[in-house]
Amino acid sequence: MSWLCAFWRSSIGGKLTMAVTGLLLFGFVVAHLLGNLQLLGGQEKLNAYAKMLHDLGSLLWVARIGLLLIFVLHIVTAIRLSRSNRSARPVQYAKSATLQASFASRSMLFSGLSLLGFVIYHLLHFTLGVVHVDEVAKKGADGHDVYSMVVASFSKAPVAAAYIAFQVLLFFHLQHGLQSFAQTLGLHHARYTPMIKSLAFLLALVVAGGNILVVLYPSLWLAKGAA
Amino acid sequence: MKVKLHIWRQSKASTAQNFAQDGKMVVYELDNVSKDMSFLEMLDFLNDKLTREGELPVAFDHDCREGVCGSCGIVIDGIPHGPQRGTTTCQLHMRSFKDGAEIYLEPMRAKAFPVLKDLVVNRSAFDRVVQAGAFISVSTGAPKDANAILVAKDAAEKAFDAATCIGCGACVAACKNASAMLFVGAKVSHFLHLPQGQPERDRRARNLVTAMDKEGFGNCTNQNECEAVCPKEISVRVIAEMNREFVRAKLREEPPSHKRVGGDG
Repeated sequence: MSWLCAFWRSSIGGKLTMAVTGLLLFGFVVAHLLGNLQLLGGQEKLNAYAKMLHDLGSLLWVARIGLLLIFVLHIVTAIRLSRSNRSARPVQYAKSATLQASFASRSMLFSGLSLLGFVIYHLLHFTLGVVHVDEVAKKGADGHDVYSMVVASFSKAPVAAAYIAFQVLLFFHLQHGLQSFAQTLGLHHARYTPMIKSLAFLLALVVAGGNILVVLYPSLWLAKGAA
Repeated sequence: MKVKLHIWRQSKASTAQNFAQDGKMVVYELDNVSKDMSFLEMLDFLNDKLTREGELPVAFDHDCREGVCGSCGIVIDGIPHGPQRGTTTCQLHMRSFKDGAEIYLEPMRAKAFPVLKDLVVNRSAFDRVVQAGAFISVSTGAPKDANAILVAKDAAEKAFDAATCIGCGACVAACKNASAMLFVGAKVSHFLHLPQGQPERDRRARNLVTAMDKEGFGNCTNQNECEAVCPKEISVRVIAEMNREFVRAKLREEPPSHKRVGGDG
């Protein structure tokens, strides 16, 4: 174990931890998106999906605890690396310049910490039902009408706007994170690196765009259907 | 031409407790600068003027003044070696600036590079990293025939790309995290592609990264600012190679308690 700890504490060990846990979290985000998209299939489809997840029982808890551990490792490592980066430059430049660092790469800590806040809000909202209690009440007595709960929540402009804003942050975070994954694992090639960067951009766009579509669905499609 | 210089003046060397010491930005106006002067000649010109006025000249590092030694490396307007890509400070000329320009001159800012005086920093941290493994061990004796070991042209070129590093420290100075990974990556890549580098391959990767971490540099976040300021335009490919080599070496490392058959003898 001490060998593993020493590796984690090394600069490259830390980077590798960020890359691997980041990729696993990306996998979760993709799975979550596929779940979200069930909303577009209508009330029965989404509720059936939610029931299927709940019926997993203890398996669901294994997944939740695993996910939590990955999340904690990603965040703890990020904080350790950021602190070491801060301390590596005790005096700042009077005049600083940025030549080619992307906006996404420079805002990783900001987007990451904001997303942590969002995840907490999101869990309090839909999973624990502590905030926006009115909409969550639509879940019904049997607790399986996820569809009505989601539609009621996203029909409110401030809630929808907040979710969309965080998806924009997720887009930037994923865009830099996914291309960094390749570089950290040592994949760098004159031909493939530009392709990896384009792919990272595309995947981040698909995930954030897909989620935004779900958020907008109640106000765009359902409202139109009602009218 | 006329320039307004904002220069970091610091008379006492940085310590871990007090890094900035008495350092502050001081403004100097300089007239009659020729646009054909190199940047360092402009500083010589300023120092000549300061000396005649009874002020202490601005301390800055320089040696060969032909872009190969790696001594110079002033951070000019926030960019190590200034605005011209692929160029050391000594090879930069005043024609790269507009008449009347305000120019900021600062030392490289990193905990691992304490300021000695004004624009001069102590880059011994790089030397200690190099001593930890950026070399190959060669038996003494008669020199071998130069072409006895075959090296593929692609491999030789990759090794040479990394070997062009002059150890100036611009990568550290430009990095938002003051990371030395482009420099250390260049040392790893330099030997990685050559047959002579193979026997010490794992040990080199482990020792170089360990030595780098010990010096208090930051960690790479793949922003590629280093690549943009490197006067030798070394690609971040070398960082990817170092990442790969370090992980590989760590995975292959045997525990210290491991006994080899036949003992140590």
